[in-house]
Amino acid sequence: MSEITDTLETTAENPVAGIDQTSGNFKYDMTYDFDAGTGLSDRTVDYISAVKKEAPWIREFRQNALKTFQSKPLPTHWATKDLENINFDKIRYYLSQGLKPKRTWDEVPEDIKRTFERLGIPEQERKFLAGVEAQFDSEAAYSNIKEAVAKQGVIFMNSTEGLREHPEIFRKFFGKVIPTGDNKFSALNSAVFSGGSFIYVPPGVKVSHPLQAYFRINAENFGQFERTLIICDEGSELTYMEGCTAPKFSTATLHSAVVELVALKGAKIQYITVQNWSSNVFNLVTKRGLAHEESEIKWIDCNIGSRLTMKYPGVVLKGRKARGEVISIALANDGQHQDTGAKMVHAADETTSTVVSKSISVGQGRATYRGVVHIPRGLKGCKNNTECDALLINTNSRTDTYPSITVRGDRHAVQHEASVSKVSADQIFYMQQRGLTEGQAMSLSVNGFVNDLARQFPMEYSVELKRLIDLEMEGSVG
Amino acid sequence: MAAAPALTTPSTAAVGSFTPAAFAEHLASVPALWHERKRSAYARFEALPMPTRTDESWRFSTISGIKLDGYVHDQASTRDAKAAKGAFSLAAEPTLTFVNGRLGTRNALRDSVAAAGVVVCTLTEAAERHPELFRQHFMAQPQKLGSAKFAALHEAFIADGAFVYVPRGVQVEEPIVLIHSAEGPGTAVFPHTLVIAEENSKVTIVDHFLSNDEFGHFACGANDLYAGHGAKITYVAAQSWSMESLSMQFNSTVVRRDARVQSLNLHLGAKQARHESLSQLQAPGGFSEMLALTVATGAREFDQRTLQIHQAPNTKSDLLYKNALLDKARTIFSGLIVVDPDAQKTDAYQSNRNLMLSEDAESNSLPGLEIQANDVRCTHGATSAPIDADQAFYLKSRGIPEKAAHELLVFGFFEDVLSRLENEELHSAIRGLIRRRFGK
Repeated sequence: MSEITDTLETTAENPVAGIDQTSGNFKYDMTYDFDAGTGLSDRTVDYISAVKKEAPWIREFRQNALKTFQSKPLPTHWATKDLENINFDKIRYYLSQGLKPKRTWDEVPEDIKRTFERLGIPEQERKFLAGVEAQFDSEAAYSNIKEAVAKQGVIFMNSTEGLREHPEIFRKFFGKVIPTGDNKFSALNSAVFSGGSFIYVPPGVKVSHPLQAYFRINAENFGQFERTLIICDEGSELTYMEGCTAPKFSTATLHSAVVELVALKGAKIQYITVQNWSSNVFNLVTKRGLAHEESEIKWIDCNIGSRLTMKYPGVVLKGRKARGEVISIALANDGQHQDTGAKMVHAADETTSTVVSKSISVGQGRATYRGVVHIPRGLKGCKNNTECDALLINTNSRTDTYPSITVRGDRHAVQHEASVSKVSADQIFYMQQRGLTEGQAMSLSVNGFVNDLARQFPMEYSVELKRLIDLEMEGSVG
Repeated sequence: MAAAPALTTPSTAAVGSFTPAAFAEHLASVPALWHERKRSAYARFEALPMPTRTDESWRFSTISGIKLDGYVHDQASTRDAKAAKGAFSLAAEPTLTFVNGRLGTRNALRDSVAAAGVVVCTLTEAAERHPELFRQHFMAQPQKLGSAKFAALHEAFIADGAFVYVPRGVQVEEPIVLIHSAEGPGTAVFPHTLVIAEENSKVTIVDHFLSNDEFGHFACGANDLYAGHGAKITYVAAQSWSMESLSMQFNSTVVRRDARVQSLNLHLGAKQARHESLSQLQAPGGFSEMLALTVATGAREFDQRTLQIHQAPNTKSDLLYKNALLDKARTIFSGLIVVDPDAQKTDAYQSNRNLMLSEDAESNSLPGLEIQANDVRCTHGATSAPIDADQAFYLKSRGIPEKAAHELLVFGFFEDVLSRLENEELHSAIRGLIRRRFGK
């Protein structure tokens, strides 16, 4: 049914980390059982809804979202004009192999297993990870919830199943944190979403292992529109990780996800992303969390790949003493634009938020920080601290910072600081003197720049990040 | 304080009181040498749209407050022009005063200064006597901060303004004071100050904008500063239009090799004021220091937009904008540092500090960076906070009453900016002006 066709010729080995650089470049020929064709119309939306056997309210939700999407202009009055290069008529909005999500590893088809092999997820790690929800194109092709997690009462399934089996839990929050009309791309996602995770953690449950999902885009001209909704009930705790990769294609692809988090009173959610789409992907994602009283939402967002990423994880601090945090690492190489940042909306007394952003621009790469901090009237004791550091590697690298801070009233403390620097020549000289090549020294120095943030990542992601940085830094100097 | 929807009937809203008929009338009142330039400016003004809520350069601005209706232009002054002296307690008499855009009084420069070739005259005189300089520098810089339409309006309706020329190597120690005042209901004024400092010269200019009565005025002013190689300009602009006025001011600064420009804008008056400041660092060694102090009271809105463009290597800019917000006041600071691809060794700083003194005040900060060179030092910071409780407690514990302690801390907040002025007299004059604004 399929065979490996490596689409890329690179075979250089990384002498520092000793990893095969070609491990991310692969493609399988797939036969898709369901295909909505290219272009977007109300027929496409009906087709998706029919294939998924959805309830009428979801179909209506999709149709309304489609109208919103069509009526909204591209936000090019503030965003990059590169968005105009997305040809919405050439994108496939739904593909599925028609496979039902698998419960056990044995049931997963051989060829898909082989894909995971090449993704480099080691066997032992799979055993350790609580659940692997790997989105293979539109549908979750593999999901394995560790029994312990299920026993704790945690619901962890894909969005289609979630809406079908637990509407009483998910409907209440679905589309509430990020309304359809929030922006053009959240509307697009609301119209054609498929895949993604739905998670509910019952009160007081602390999920001991991180839940994980891996997304891939495998078909040319295929858009990935996953939808994730995580609800942590009172006093519960959850860590969720997602990784994204895509093989290279000659034409641009679009990835537009919506991720909604709800932390009820005293809950804690940590959401970790390592994004490494191939450099032809438009990655336009809306992520927002709603933090109730004394709860905590933390986004750890790491962007290495894609052609253009526009992603500003946000937290709406709705309950007293809620806490929001965004930690963002972006690496922009030649031809890439990482337009990332954070949104902190304070909507209750004594809420606090922190944003730490570190970006690295290599070659002609462009890294942008865009942020919003909003404290409306009538509140007291809100605090925000924002720090943005940018590192420029080459003479023609580019970085921008566009924060927006609104504060009302005299009982808050808000500060924003940003700096731009280059790699210290002294450091490079010292390392070269100790026998490292300039490239190795540069790579080490860049890793040092993000080290204090990378340390907050779970072990395997921290290692992956380091490898990715090593790969990206190769050939950037000399 | 959400902005109301944009005005309807765009055809009339786009020109307001400044109709083609009004323009023809104005044109008849100014010398013919202005005509060609003014005609093209008016055409631009007519063609350009009013700002809308989705314009990034007008983000957070109350656009509904920007109306072009209900104004009269070229209003003759009814008073004794000498009455307009300005509120500055400076020893120097104002060299030129303008009332409703026309020259009121003129005091001769000191003999030694005049003998050195320093020229302080009206723009009309300058256009006649120094046509080359005028052509080269009058409104010659691009409008990059969103007010191209209003800058065109300024150029179309300007009646007159001040022209300051300091020749090569000449150092003028005493500040040159210029006063621009407005009076009468609905008067529109278009004040302008053009300063040209040639190589290695030095000059201090004080511009004071004020209303002679309590009517609401529309002030649409501009100033151009040009610092030639090694020149030093200190420019202080104090805006204290009447509390019902609408004020717009566009500043452009060009800094050449090893030149240094320090500008301080003091914002005290007007109901709604927008100030745009563009600094272009065009040659190595140039330094632009941009300072501003705002006392925002009542329901006033102060909208400040800045742009520091580093076009050459080894240039420096340092921006410090401080706002004290009382009552229901609103401030907007939107600043951008741009480092062009070849401007290595740039040292740029940008800081916006908001002192929140009321529960209903609102500050908006948009500090931005666009860096395209890697060997640079660029930092920015923005803070919004009330008076530091520890500092207030310390003063109280030393027996200073709370009210006095707060006052001290507010002035301490401003002192940070004021102490950057070299001229002691100017320093205390501005401090006096702020003190009066606080009603002390």
